[in-house]
Formats: sequence, structure tokens, C-alpha cells
Amino acid sequence: MREPVEATELDAHCARVRERIVEMCAGAEGGHLGGSMSLVEILVSLYFAVLRIDPADPAAPDRDRLVLSKGHAGIGLYAVLAERGFFPAEDLAGYAEPGSAFSAHPTPAIPGVEVPSGSLGHGLPLGVGFALAARLSGSARRCFVVLGDGELQEGSVWEAAMAAASLRLDGLTAVVDRNGLQITGGTEDVIELEPLADRWRTFGWTVHEVDGHDLGALVDVLGKPGPPGRPAVVLARTVKGRGLPFVEGQVRSHYARLGDRQRRRAQAVLRATRRTSGQEGR
Amino acid sequence: MSARACRDAYRDLVPELLAADARAVCLDSDTGLFAGIDFGGTAARYVNLGIAEQNLMGVAAGLAQSGFVPYVNTMAAFAATRALEAVKIDIALCGLPVRIMATHDGLAAGHLGPTHHSLEDLAVMRLLPGMTVLVPHAASAAEELIRQCADVPGPVYMRLGRKAAPEPPPGLEPLRLGRAQPLRDGGDVTIAATGPYPVLAALGAADLLAADGVQARVLNVHTVRPLDVQAILNGSPVVTVEEHWASGGLGSAVAEAAAELPDGPRVLRVAVPDAFVPGAGDQAYLVARAGITPEAVADRARRALGISAT
Repeated sequence: MREPVEATELDAHCARVRERIVEMCAGAEGGHLGGSMSLVEILVSLYFAVLRIDPADPAAPDRDRLVLSKGHAGIGLYAVLAERGFFPAEDLAGYAEPGSAFSAHPTPAIPGVEVPSGSLGHGLPLGVGFALAARLSGSARRCFVVLGDGELQEGSVWEAAMAAASLRLDGLTAVVDRNGLQITGGTEDVIELEPLADRWRTFGWTVHEVDGHDLGALVDVLGKPGPPGRPAVVLARTVKGRGLPFVEGQVRSHYARLGDRQRRRAQAVLRATRRTSGQEGR
Repeated sequence: MSARACRDAYRDLVPELLAADARAVCLDSDTGLFAGIDFGGTAARYVNLGIAEQNLMGVAAGLAQSGFVPYVNTMAAFAATRALEAVKIDIALCGLPVRIMATHDGLAAGHLGPTHHSLEDLAVMRLLPGMTVLVPHAASAAEELIRQCADVPGPVYMRLGRKAAPEPPPGLEPLRLGRAQPLRDGGDVTIAATGPYPVLAALGAADLLAADGVQARVLNVHTVRPLDVQAILNGSPVVTVEEHWASGGLGSAVAEAAAELPDGPRVLRVAVPDAFVPGAGDQAYLVARAGITPEAVADRARRALGISAT
């Protein structure tokens, strides 16, 4: 039998992150599976190839800031922070259990978490504040805000979008996890977001559209600051539940409590994908 | 006696605050309060974020997370209700040193009507863990409390009067954040008042009561949270006075504290009745119509003492 070929480093991070997300969704409380699986590549790109951060010095004043505005993807963030070394992955074992610091929505009690999130529409105003602070401090640090697409129905997002453009905050980059689904259906069937790129453009933002599961494309677009004088938004096309074919693109993936059989099936699929992508990667 | 509004005292102090502390920033929501103010070399730290109060509070939180001390300007009604969730989650939950400077206190918006009245802000703000809630009664008190906020590590909500208020007479105990300020001594009944009009009504009531031989102690409760329970509940019956709905404000805070004492005193409240306040009228008119008057306060004090009204 041929030995599995080693995946690229970022791919390997993504694979481990997905396995941990599945483990948390197999806990007593379950978890926000779909929207956590969809942003794995976004967060891995940022935490492993873009953000100037140091897990050993998480409060360094000039660190880049990441705000997970779609706080319901907390388990995705936790898995990435553990992978990045902010805390041991074993800490996630008690996720959502009584006494655990790891609640479904992140709070700054977790090393590496900058702000509490979970109520939607808070992240971009915070990002404007972080970017304004960087400018006032004469610092080149950047701020990234990861938004859900359904979240864009919150009016405060657009208050901040207007302010960021008006203040010419080029240190601010928003990333939209455009998985196209919210709790009751497609975003376009609930409250239309399209033409989404045009909407951001008319608000004064530089718009990038990428495949949100293409690590190379993400690192490329997130790694370099956009044109001066304008905030940038990356519309990352993703698949809700990515990595688990039996829930991919399905509304029911939003929140899942995986039974033991589903968990074993999910882990088997992820392991198989890891081998395959590793071979393809080579 | 010179009279100035608390709001104007704050406005005039901001350039000094920005100059004295490089961490201080002033975030505006197009209130117009700072029109014509020269910020000189600190102009970059005055930012008008337009008419968007949720964003305003979030931006303040992002700045405070980065080491700045934002002074945030909006009307009390918008700070306490429209932007409440951002105040709760982004600011209070993180214990950030944001100073929410809220104009148009109580019925100050007058003829602008119930959309702009703020009769719930003290209730809303005082229930947020870690929030300091301040209501200066005069311009000099506003200045003093703002300066003392330098020692407050967490968030502050300050309700700023819009109308000129008489300055207190000289010789009072110095104002100290967190301590009720005695304005007048008296052993029969305590009148605890917060804000410019209520303090005036309380002092007027004390005069009326004195004519009947009742000695009222008057406290200026500029700090609604943390409440100076020890000073307010000294054994005498208490009448609270506030330009706020009776539910949830100073009167409620005092009653809550009194209820937990083994032999807590009676607490009677003078406040805006439990109804929206429609119709035109300036603040003085609406405050009087709401029953925040020396006569009403004196009447409550007599009731608290079991004396029938004269």
C-alpha cells in the first residue's frame, strides 16, 4: 500500500481543525457545524500566513487584530487558535460542558480571542475602532473582521461600512464567509444580499472575490494591504459544512449534535479527504 | 450666581482632556455640540462618526480595546436604548474605559417629544455590571466628576443637563465620585435627589418643610451607581427625587438597598409618572407637570413621616 503523501502545511492545519470541529459537535451540546466548517480556510490563512501575532505574547500592542464577528463559528475559531498554539488542543475536550471557558460564542477569557462576539453585527464597528486606533497610534497593524453573509442583514454592519470608507481606513479588511445559507434557507430566499460586490463597492470599499476554500488565493488576497485610502472586503465563496459531503451546502448543517455513528463517519470522511488532498497537493 | 449647563461645561473641558492625555479621543454622532470648538493639535482625536449610534459604541470599544479612552457623545435616549446592545456587549462585558457622555437628560428635549426624552437611561445603565452612572447637578459638578473619572477603570455613563443650572453655594463638602454630597443637614427625613431639577426641587422642599418644623437632610446623589447606600440610608425615612420614570432609577436603587436592611426605612419616590410624556413644553414646564416640584417632594416627606399634608 502506498504511503499517504504529506499534505501541504496549511492543508494539514485545515484538516486537523476540521477534525476538532467535528469532535466539538459530537459533544453533549453539539455545535455550529456548517458555518464553522465553511470558514476553516479563511481562518487558517489568516492565522498561519497573514496575521502578525505571537501566541506567546497574545497582548503585544502592535499585533494584528482579528475579530470573528460571526461568533457562532466559535468552535472554528477555537480549533484554529489551538492549532496555532494559543492553548493546548486538549483544552477543547470539555467544550460547552459545565465549567468550561469554551462557550459556543467566544469571549476574551479564551487566549487569542480579542472581543466577545455572538450577537451579529458587532464586529465591523469594532474593526473600525481597531483600525482608527492603529492610525492614531501611527501603527501599521491591520485589523481583519470575519463576517457571516447572513450577518450582513444587520444594519450596524452598514453603519460601520459607511464609516470605514468615509474615514479612509485602509488598515481594515473585512472577510465575508459567503456560504449562501442562513438558518431557514438561502440568503437570497430570506433577504437578498446580491448584488453583494456592487453593494460594498458603492459603499466605498475595494472588493475582492475569491474561492474561500482556495488557500493560495486567500493568502494572496489577504496578505497584502489593499489600495491606500480604502478599506477592503474579501467576499469568500464557501460551502457550508465543507468537508462533510453528507451536510455540505445544506441548511441543516447550521447546528448539529453528532451522534457517535455520525462522528465516526465524519472523521472517516475527513481522514480520507486528507489523504486524497495530500496526494493531489503533491 | 453664574449658571451654566452641565453639557456646556463638558464641551468646554474636552479640548483640555484631549491635550492632557494622548489616550483621550472624542467620538461624536453629529450632535453639533462641538461646532466651532478648536481642538488645535489634537484635532485628529475628535472624530464625528455621523448619525449611527450602534457603530459609535462599537468604534469606541475598538479604540478602548487598543488603549484609548473614548469620550462618546450622543443623546441619552440613543445611548441607553438604541445603542444598548453595543454598550452591553462591546463595552460593559469587556470592562472598557469608555465615557458615555449623554446629553438631553430626562425631559430636557422638551418640545422635541417622547422620542427624545430619556426617562429610562439610569435604569438601563445601572443594571449593567461594572457601569458607573453619574448625574451631575451643576456645571462645576460635571467638570469635577469628569476629572475624577480618571480613576475609574471601567465604563462610565454620565447624564448631562442641557439647561443652565444654578451653581451650589460655597462651603459644601467637596464632591467625591461614589459619595452622596450633603447639601443640607436635617435629622427628620432624607431627601436624596439626582440631577439639576430634582436637586432644586429637593432644596425647595427642605425650605417648605423647615417652615413646618421638619428638618430635612438633602443629599446630592450624583453617583447613582455605585450607590452610596451608607449615606442615604442612615435611619431616617427617604424621599428620592429624579427626572426619570419611577421604575428602575434612583428610587428603585434606594428601595432595593433599603429592602435588604433588617429595619430599612420607608422609601418614597418622586419621579416622572409611569407614562410617556407627550405634548410640547420646555424642560421646566414638563418637569413641573410631571410633579417634580418642591411641593410634591415636601408632601412625600410628610407622608414618609406620617404627617398629614398642611
